[in-house]
This record gives sequence, C-alpha cells and structure tokens, in this order.
Amino acid sequence: MAKLGDLARLIRSKNAGAFMLTFDVMFDDDATYQRVLKSKVLTKEKFAQIYQVPEEEVLFFEHEAAKAIKISIPRPYVQGARDDGDAYGGQQHAPLVELELPD
Amino acid sequence: MTEVRVLSASGQIGSGFLESSLERGISLKPHVIACDGGSTDAGPAHLGSGKPHFSHEGTKRDLRLMLRGRAKLDVPVIVGSCGFGGGDAGVAWMRDIALEIAKEDGLKFKMALVRSEQDKDYLKRRYREGRITPLNPAPPISEEIIDKSAHIVGMMGHEPIAAAIENGAQVVLAGRASDTALFSTVPLMMGAGPGPAWHAAKILECGTACVVQRKRPDSIMAWIRDDHFDVEPMDMDVHCSAQSVASHTLYENADPFLITEPDGTLDSHGSRYEALNDRAVRVYGSQFRKAERTTIKLEGAEMAGYQAIIIGGVREPFIIRQLDSWLDAMRDKFAARVQEMFAGRIGPNDYDIHVRVYGRNGVMGKLEPHADQLGHEVALLFTITTAEEAATDAIAKTFAHFALHYPIPEWRGLISGIAFPMAPAHVNRGPVYRFNLNHIVTPEDPLEMFRTEFVEV
Repeated sequence: MAKLGDLARLIRSKNAGAFMLTFDVMFDDDATYQRVLKSKVLTKEKFAQIYQVPEEEVLFFEHEAAKAIKISIPRPYVQGARDDGDAYGGQQHAPLVELELPD
Repeated sequence: MTEVRVLSASGQIGSGFLESSLERGISLKPHVIACDGGSTDAGPAHLGSGKPHFSHEGTKRDLRLMLRGRAKLDVPVIVGSCGFGGGDAGVAWMRDIALEIAKEDGLKFKMALVRSEQDKDYLKRRYREGRITPLNPAPPISEEIIDKSAHIVGMMGHEPIAAAIENGAQVVLAGRASDTALFSTVPLMMGAGPGPAWHAAKILECGTACVVQRKRPDSIMAWIRDDHFDVEPMDMDVHCSAQSVASHTLYENADPFLITEPDGTLDSHGSRYEALNDRAVRVYGSQFRKAERTTIKLEGAEMAGYQAIIIGGVREPFIIRQLDSWLDAMRDKFAARVQEMFAGRIGPNDYDIHVRVYGRNGVMGKLEPHADQLGHEVALLFTITTAEEAATDAIAKTFAHFALHYPIPEWRGLISGIAFPMAPAHVNRGPVYRFNLNHIVTPEDPLEMFRTEFVEV
C-alpha cells in the first residue's frame, strides 16, 4: 500500500479568502496523477466522508496542466473567529497525506 | 505587437527580495514596478486595528529599492493593500515611509494615495437599494453590522489605479486592492491582451510563489503580449516550469480555472503552458470575460472584545481520561466566582472562556477525523474574552488559579492539574477582531467607492 503523501509532489491546504478552505494535491508526473485519479481514493464523496462535511459543499477539480487535484470547501469556522485554530488554513490537509492507495 | 514588461518586486512588500534580483529586473526595463502589500490571510486583526503586518524597517528597505529603480527608469511604482488590511491607516503608514525615503534619498515624484475605506452611510444606502449582495458563504448583513464595523474596505480593481496614473501619478499607494489589479493596470492601459494581462498578474502577485522550489520571497518579471505572456524569476538560480506556473492558479483560489475580478473573470480553462527554457514559461490561451457590471468586494472587521490567553499542559492520565468533563465542570463552577467578583455586573453571557485542546483536535476542530484519540499529554489553550479590558484581565488571572487546582474525584487533597510554561500564566492580548462581511457592492462606476489624493513629493 502506498500513501498519497509518498506519491504527491505537494499536498497542502490554504485559505481561499476568509470564508473558504482549499486543498491542492499535486503530482510530479502524469502517470502518478492518473494512477491516483483512477484509484478513486480521493473523490468528492471520499473527501466529504473524511472531513465530515456535506458532499454538496465540496468543490472538486481535476487540473491536467498542473497535474493536480483540487478541492475547496467552506471554512468550518470563519478565519480568525474564536473557534478557528488555523488562521492561514495551512494545516487542514493532514488526513490526505495518510490516504492509502491499493498497489 | 504590444509588449508590456511588468516587474513584481516580491509577493509582499516588507517580506523582502534579493537586491540583485530587483536590479536584474530593473535592467530589463519594465514598464511598471509593482508589489502587493496586504491580504486577509493573516486574519482580521490588521483590518480591525489598522496595524501593519510587516515591519517598518523591512517595508522601508523594500520600498526604497523600488523607488530608486523607478527614478532610473521613470516608470510607475504601484503598491497595493498598504499596511496589510488596506484601510486608511495603512495608506497613511506607507505614505509616511515613502516620504521618509524621498527626503533621505532626495527623490522627487508625484504620488497618488488611493483610499478604499468605505463610508458607512454610503454602504447603508447601497444596502437599502439592494446593491449589496452576499458571496457564498457570507455572514448576515444589516445596517447595524455596517455601523458596528471597526473598518470596512472595498477591494478596488485596476480602474482607480489607472485613473491615478493617467493624472500623472508616478507612485501609487493604494488601499485595499485586488492583488492582480496592481499588475494588470499598466498592461491594460498599454493595450496588452486582457486575458494574458490578468493571468500574468495572477502569477506575478505572489512574487516567486510560482517557481519550482521557492527559496525566499523574491522578484519575478512578465513580458505580456497580445495573446500570451512569458514569466521568469529574476534570481538566475531559481526556475519556473510549465507545471509550476500552471499550479500557481490553484493557490489560494477556491476554483483553479475561474478567478473573479471587479470587472470580469479570468478563465484559464484553455491556458497552455510551455517551457521556453529551464527558467522561463510561456502561457497562451487565457481569456478574460468582461462582466456586465462592476462588483466591488467588501471586507469588514468588527471588534470581538478584549482577550487574554492561558497556555497550559496536562500530563496526568486520570485528568486526560476525563478531560472534557473536567474542563466543562471547572468553567461551570467558575461562574459563581465571576458573580462574586463583579457583584453581578458581569453575568454569564458577558464573558467567554473557550478552550482548545492540542493533541486531539486543536488544529482541525470539527474537521478532525481522529478527534477520539488523545496523546499521553495535551496542551490547553484557553481564551478569555469580555467587552472590557480590565474585566478580561481580572477573569483571566482568577481563572488560571481556579483551573490549576480544580479537583478530580480520583484524588483526595489539593491537586495542581495544569502545567503552565509561563509566569504569570495569562497573557493579555488587547482588542481582538472578527471578519463580518463577505459581500459585493454593485456601484454605478468602478471609481465611486475610492478616493484619490495627489501629493507632490
């Protein structure tokens, strides 16, 4: 079993403004990018399950030129609000690093 | 064929760039030198308080080199979102830095200050007219929300900056502005293709964020023509690849293909990225679709009270296994002490004690899939917030002592259940703010929400 974190060039999360969070999963080469897409370990539905958010709130994009999967959701807490623990939104991607792909 | 050369000094003024990189950019004869100066990215405090994010020293060093470069070439310098929040206080701060530099270096220029802080009566009128609409998601809006905001800024497009330059400004210090508009203004004025101009601007606005391996904030340049643009970092040891440039449209955008600006949308669905060599990339096929009406995004911050924090750790297994009930009970019981201290003047709804548990879900909150797992130690971050600075201090210092000794049933006798790494245990951090708007205004024209002042330096 390979982990998504071992296959990706970069997995990151970040604010997209103060009200949205966005996740980028980027690959070095097309073969790995296609392998991950085909494995379906990271889909709109899977993301919604992992992060416990409604699937209809998840925006899911495949970006060929960047060899990247991109996902955006409304921020769970508005940036800088009392309950927000991540001002830049930069540490919300961690569960994706551990996702396992079948061999 | 039109060619407009745009030099981006860095991703943020004050974060720095190599002097050699900027100099190389200057030697390539840009038509404009620009740099972004702000963002909402660091939270609502900068907009709310008017205090800048980067240092005076760092900002002055960066602006000085940009102004010296400008003096050599006689091209505009544009700095946007001055002071980070982009309010009037930020523009005044950057103006004063520019004046200091001009005096010290004997520089002369015509400077435009383009302010973007919004008049509350104007916004309430536009709200009543139904011309303020929410983005998704947005907090609720009302005239009361507008009134209680500490500061509200509108995010200007390229038009107010272009108007300042047309009126002779050689240095433009803008309040809150679309990051991309700082870089697209001159190319659009000189007739470059709007698709390449806006897409190049999106790449330039973060400085060297679009390179393969970013070493530090630094300068980058674009050559913008009718149907494509080229981009190249100014440090010869730094590389762009087709993929690294393509990837940058993903950064900080919810949608990687469509980026909304005040007067339209950049569409990069059809963009093609080609390596020119091992350092530079050419991008074709970007489109800009002009909107029927200009929309100006609002950012607002209101005060959320005065806050103190307490940081502590727990290592004892008996406490950790009942952590939530212990934390809930100590806060419930503490209410009686607040009642005593203030003789009822501060009631249970007038103060807030929040606790974040690191080692469980302190980072991700309700998104955390492993919220049921606790480590052998946890960190507790308490935030105490009230509307009065003195009350916050009084509650925080009393609560730290109360929490330290709050009992658990397993032990008989006085316990000290929290390890404080600092003395005193609490830290007052003054006023705190929250974002309260994510809305757009539809003005009559792109200039009406912005005020320009010219200063002969």
